[in-house]
Amino acid sequence: MTLNALTIAEARDALRKREVTATDLTMSCLTAMDAGDPLNAFVHKTPDIALDQARAADARLAAGDAPAMCGIPLGIKDLFCTKGVPSQAASNILRGFRPEYESTVTQNLFDAGAVMLGKLNMDEFAMGSSNETSCYGNAVNPWKVDDRHLTPGGSSGGSAAAVAGDLCLAATGTDTGGSIRQPAAFTGIVGIKPTYGRVSRWGIVAFASSLDQAGPMTKSVRDAAIMLGAMAGHDPKDSTSADLPVPDFEAALTGDIRGQKIGIPREYRMDGMPAEIEALWARGTEMLRDAGAEVVDISLPHTKYALPAYYVIAPAEASSNLARYDGVRYGHRAALAQGDGIVDLYEKTRAEGFGPEVQRRVMVGTYVLSAGFYDAYYNRARRVRALIKRDFDQVFAAGIDAILTPATPSSAFGLGEMANADPVEMYLNDVFTVTVNLAGLPGISVPVGLDAKGLPLGLQLIGRPWDEAGLLNHAYVLERAAGFVAKPQKWW
Amino acid sequence: MSTIDISTARKVAHLARIRVAEDQLPKLAEQLSGILTFMEQLNEVDVTGVDPMTSVTPMRLKRRADVVTDGGYPDKVLSNAPDAREGFFAVPKVVE
Repeated sequence: MTLNALTIAEARDALRKREVTATDLTMSCLTAMDAGDPLNAFVHKTPDIALDQARAADARLAAGDAPAMCGIPLGIKDLFCTKGVPSQAASNILRGFRPEYESTVTQNLFDAGAVMLGKLNMDEFAMGSSNETSCYGNAVNPWKVDDRHLTPGGSSGGSAAAVAGDLCLAATGTDTGGSIRQPAAFTGIVGIKPTYGRVSRWGIVAFASSLDQAGPMTKSVRDAAIMLGAMAGHDPKDSTSADLPVPDFEAALTGDIRGQKIGIPREYRMDGMPAEIEALWARGTEMLRDAGAEVVDISLPHTKYALPAYYVIAPAEASSNLARYDGVRYGHRAALAQGDGIVDLYEKTRAEGFGPEVQRRVMVGTYVLSAGFYDAYYNRARRVRALIKRDFDQVFAAGIDAILTPATPSSAFGLGEMANADPVEMYLNDVFTVTVNLAGLPGISVPVGLDAKGLPLGLQLIGRPWDEAGLLNHAYVLERAAGFVAKPQKWW
Repeated sequence: MSTIDISTARKVAHLARIRVAEDQLPKLAEQLSGILTFMEQLNEVDVTGVDPMTSVTPMRLKRRADVVTDGGYPDKVLSNAPDAREGFFAVPKVVE
């Protein structure tokens, strides 16, 4: 096995035993990254930064006080601002933008000794479920079963493709409605969205501020535990970041879930759900039961209203957050005609800089916030959101420890196959994941099996607020029982 | 079924400060109508007595002294500007 295929835990142990150096590990990933160009996962490569960081990590490792992430080569989603390195949220409107500052998450990772290989492809402003709205073009799923190129999912599609294709050991992602968990499921990797407030949002390009959370995308549950520990923590620069201690998530992986109560929500059994997804869910349920958990049927009655509520709230917040892209302070500015005024500057710049999906969502958000519609759409959606959260509060109060659901309604689909679909059809990808963002809960996608075509399928576990430790332990049990070891055949 | 007509689509595009060509407005109106129709499922929910959510995690926002904690580097602030002159962002004439 080449070094780039290692997990974080394997690499950490080998680095600490001085069996490999961070520099060798980084070189191996840089080679894999270049060879991975057909996946279009890395869109800005930073080999010089990576090698400098690797050498610094080696010095720290030699001194003997290196944290777990020291010397671990990562890919960073383009949504994270990284000092001096292009950070454009996969949008033409931020072309050329090089932040003067570092996001808290990347700073935390660098403080822990992690190595940045480059920036990763994504849907524009994280709006999409297939990585097809990116200004860089589509990222491609390393999994392939015929002559079609498949989507790695979205919005963290580049992160998922890079991790699944072994171009890096792990990657950062962000999740507003499923953007970590859906791509993780489509590529056979692990992705966790933490509790809202666990990870600082400072320096992450904002999409919908009440829903956005960053999290790790990794090759194993143990890696997710290690990396989340390095990303998380209170940050005075994010007023919604929780002032709570960060537990040792890896130490929580005991593999013992005896007596734990697992809820199976009946409303997630959707009409027209593919039999394979249903069977996978039943298998996952059996795995947790065999491990000694008690399986309980539960009801989350407002589930079917989560998607429409999400597609009011998220665009509303986006229309406000994206108002800052006006051609004045950073990024693209349209060329103006003689006599054009400031409004022409705004309108032309935003028409040229934003892609069609972003334009659509900004306009939907503008509409639902406009006078006369604010109560009918936006306030009603926020009321429904309160009911969705109450559904979860009630099942957790009744003693449920974690909830098991499918992660996605299908396996990865072909790039371009949804091109003529209604925008709402693409939104249905998020049907199992958006509830978790609306309720601010932690959720994790774990690869559990392959479908008849040979493509990975994942299950989602949802945890109590702030109980990522317990959630990761449940995921660890599911991962071990499923024994998912399949890897994509290298075709690139 | 909610319908957005072409003049509403034009108005929304202007409020969003996004230039949309006249010949694109019918398609935009159709897509916005589809999305709004999807949202109208929310009307089925009884929300009597339910307050709109303001914070997903019960938390009191932290307070701090109202003092300057950052700044003093206009060159960094302006470093990404498409047009900056003499320490300012430059835009077309705003006031006649």
